[in-house]
Amino acid sequence: MSTQSASRYFVPQPSYWPLVGSTALLIMAFGAVLLFNSVPHGGLVLLAGLAVLTVMLFGWFGRVIDESEGGSYNLQVDQSFRWSMGWFIFSEVMFFAAFFGALFYVRVLSVPELASPSQSLLWSGFSGVWPTAGPAAEAAKTEFHAMHATGIPLLNTILLLSSGATLTWAHWGMLANNRKQLVLGLFLTVALGLTFIGFQAYEYFEAYTHMNLKLSTGIYGSTFFMLTGFHGFHVTLGATMLIVILIRSMKGHFTPERHFAFEAVAWYWHFVDVVWLGLFVVVYWL
Amino acid sequence: MQASHDAHAAHHDHAHDDHGHHGRAPGLMGWFTTTNHKDIGTMYLWFSFIMFLVGGAMSLVIRGELFAPGLQYVSPEFYNQMLTLHALIMVFGAIMPAFVGFANWMIPMMIGAPDMAFARMNNWSFWLLPPAGTLLVASLFVPGGAAGTGWTLYPPLAVQMGMGMDMAIFAVHILGMSSIMGSINIITTILNMRAPGMPLMRMPMFCWTWLVTAFLLIASMPILAGAVTMLLTDRHFGTSFFNAAGGGDPVLFQHIFWFFGHPEVYIIALPAFGVVSHVIPAFSRKHLFGYTSMVYAIAAIGLISFFVWAHHMYVTGIPLTGQLYFMYATLLIAVPTGVKVFNWVTTMWRGELTFETPMLFALGFLFLFTVGGLTGLVLAITAVDIQLQDTYYVVAHFHYVMVAGALFSAYAGAYYWLPKWTGFMYDEALGKLHFWTSIVFFNVAFFPQHFLGLAGMPRRIPDYATQFADFNVISSIGAFGFGFSQLIFLWVVLKNIKGGETAPAKPWDGATGLEWTLPSPAPYHTFEDAPVIKDEHLAAAH
Ligand code: HEM
Ligand SMILES: [Cu+2]
Repeated sequence: MSTQSASRYFVPQPSYWPLVGSTALLIMAFGAVLLFNSVPHGGLVLLAGLAVLTVMLFGWFGRVIDESEGGSYNLQVDQSFRWSMGWFIFSEVMFFAAFFGALFYVRVLSVPELASPSQSLLWSGFSGVWPTAGPAAEAAKTEFHAMHATGIPLLNTILLLSSGATLTWAHWGMLANNRKQLVLGLFLTVALGLTFIGFQAYEYFEAYTHMNLKLSTGIYGSTFFMLTGFHGFHVTLGATMLIVILIRSMKGHFTPERHFAFEAVAWYWHFVDVVWLGLFVVVYWL
Repeated sequence: MQASHDAHAAHHDHAHDDHGHHGRAPGLMGWFTTTNHKDIGTMYLWFSFIMFLVGGAMSLVIRGELFAPGLQYVSPEFYNQMLTLHALIMVFGAIMPAFVGFANWMIPMMIGAPDMAFARMNNWSFWLLPPAGTLLVASLFVPGGAAGTGWTLYPPLAVQMGMGMDMAIFAVHILGMSSIMGSINIITTILNMRAPGMPLMRMPMFCWTWLVTAFLLIASMPILAGAVTMLLTDRHFGTSFFNAAGGGDPVLFQHIFWFFGHPEVYIIALPAFGVVSHVIPAFSRKHLFGYTSMVYAIAAIGLISFFVWAHHMYVTGIPLTGQLYFMYATLLIAVPTGVKVFNWVTTMWRGELTFETPMLFALGFLFLFTVGGLTGLVLAITAVDIQLQDTYYVVAHFHYVMVAGALFSAYAGAYYWLPKWTGFMYDEALGKLHFWTSIVFFNVAFFPQHFLGLAGMPRRIPDYATQFADFNVISSIGAFGFGFSQLIFLWVVLKNIKGGETAPAKPWDGATGLEWTLPSPAPYHTFEDAPVIKDEHLAAAH
């Protein structure tokens, strides 16, 4: 990265990447609509869109990395990046809030209401005890096992918390210009993250094969899989970003003073970590 | 100003010229790839106007059907689809993008910034809109037709609809991405790119309204994304969020939707407040009265808007205490809104008023938005709303705030800044004609709907009892008149682009702000080096 910063605020050249991205999303949307409505080849269309999106992500972020390494970004641009990452994470928090809100709503309001005398005409005998797959499943005596907080979830909590620590350790390495510590720290973080994802996949496998716990297992299955699923998806994104940062670190990118990309990914990772703590408490434990 | 600016630019070495002085690439590709905030603002504005005409045509299908009792032109299913698409297209395709267009054009010029903070992402925010619009319009042609749930997308109907519903869901996802990226861009631009010497508490009011609006968008659009995602999984993957048999609840959707939906109405209204806060002072030749209280009022409205959502749900069986809380909380919003109306009126007090088209539209806004606000207060009162919920009274109410409010304000802004954009004065006589036909036909179309609602005519139904016939005839005549009046605006703009009287840098003698220090039309690149801010460029007189 060049040591002197551009004097003016960087305004990028015209770029066709946004157009590529929009095209990709349009194709993906159509593909998903076809796929979900069992129209033949919908899946292929969706994959094609995904491929275009991947090309766009490589192209666009590649361009940004080149610009960054080429010294186009002055400190004011750096500050803009910080603001934007903060607000982006806030938008993600709000996305999760919708699903947490749904969970609180059903636990505090709708499930007890369904078990109340006012509903006895429709759902008589419904116990309303959490975890529940709802009155219909209960009446049909369909059994399932709920997830316990001990075991894999606890292990995953420890994994993610440690990964936060190794990431901070990597950051210290960066600040001290200790490249070895930086790379090792990042490597450990990625490894912990991937292990987490592996455990999560195993947990899902167990749920489907041995616990009769599925996405369609009433409101418990819905909230459990949607919350942990979106979280797992975010961990996967975060791990991917960490891998990019790891590769860039090995290539010698970043300086102790200028390494916004690293910090952005670190913020994101900590955000994913915090969401997990919330999940651990309200989805697995309580 | 511009001369010294160019001289300044010439001193810069080539490395900088590399990324500063390229124009738009020729042809369509230029518009696809542009990173210039003015180009992107222009695209937003045109897109929104085209969508406005599309959504307007749909509303005329609705009003045509309602011209007489009984079913004449369309099936009830198609009526519902028109109703839903009309609303989705007007809200997400016309009004919101119009104000994002203003933000793109004006915010960098108002705060002395070279462009938006993220010019390339800015392009993406815009180019996500056409795919979303395509999905919505194309959904009319798939088996089962478009979503027919109304723009609120309530389950269980939304879970039962055909694939048009999925297309609406994905359109909402894409629109949400666009809004969130656009908002991040706007917030960052305002917070980080003001020219030195422009404190937050003296920046133009339009920037303040957008700062709060962008916050509302970032906080609420993801909630909507979550809600429609749950719809999608309930539709196709067997989840039970909105299904009581599985332990969920259809009312849950309403809570989530309106947690987004109420802030959404302020997402539409706040930038409209911002535009009016520029136009009224300019044509009163005074400073905006009560700048600081205006800022606090905007912030208060933004904040409170997150805590009133269930005033849309009084009849869903929420507990009495809930009804009372949401009633009082909603009524509370009248306080900051009242502060704003008071300030606009006081700005005019003893001003040297003139009534050019922008001012006319701003005054139209002021009168009719206030009417819409007052009927909002009526609806906020639980006991009254239990009668009026889902009647034409509600339709009248929200069209007063969205059409005579937001849309009129957008027109005020368009006439106000057109000279800066094109370099020519628009045709004042045509502008006035546009205003007077609009305001007359608007009231003809929507005022009778208050009476229809009070008399009990339900909304979202293609047929009605014969005692409602007369008012519906009047309303439909007004609607068609209003719709065709909007073509006058198209004519004004096309004429204005071609030419006209050359506009000076500051065509309005009472206008203040940095944008008027630039020549008209504003050059392709402005403020590549931060301007020197003088006291007279700043808002809020000291
Ligand atoms: C030419 C001007 C317009 C006319 C004549 C018009 C007419 C109508 C009509 C007849 C309905 C159906 C009401 C019902 O049966 O429930 C409707 C609904 C609606 N309109 Fe408009 N409209 C116009 C402009 C707008 C604009 C500019 C906006 C928004 C910014 C808008 C937003 C809505 C919404 C949100 C609904 C509710 C749809 C629903 O029930 O889900 N309209 N409009
Ligand atoms: Cu509301």
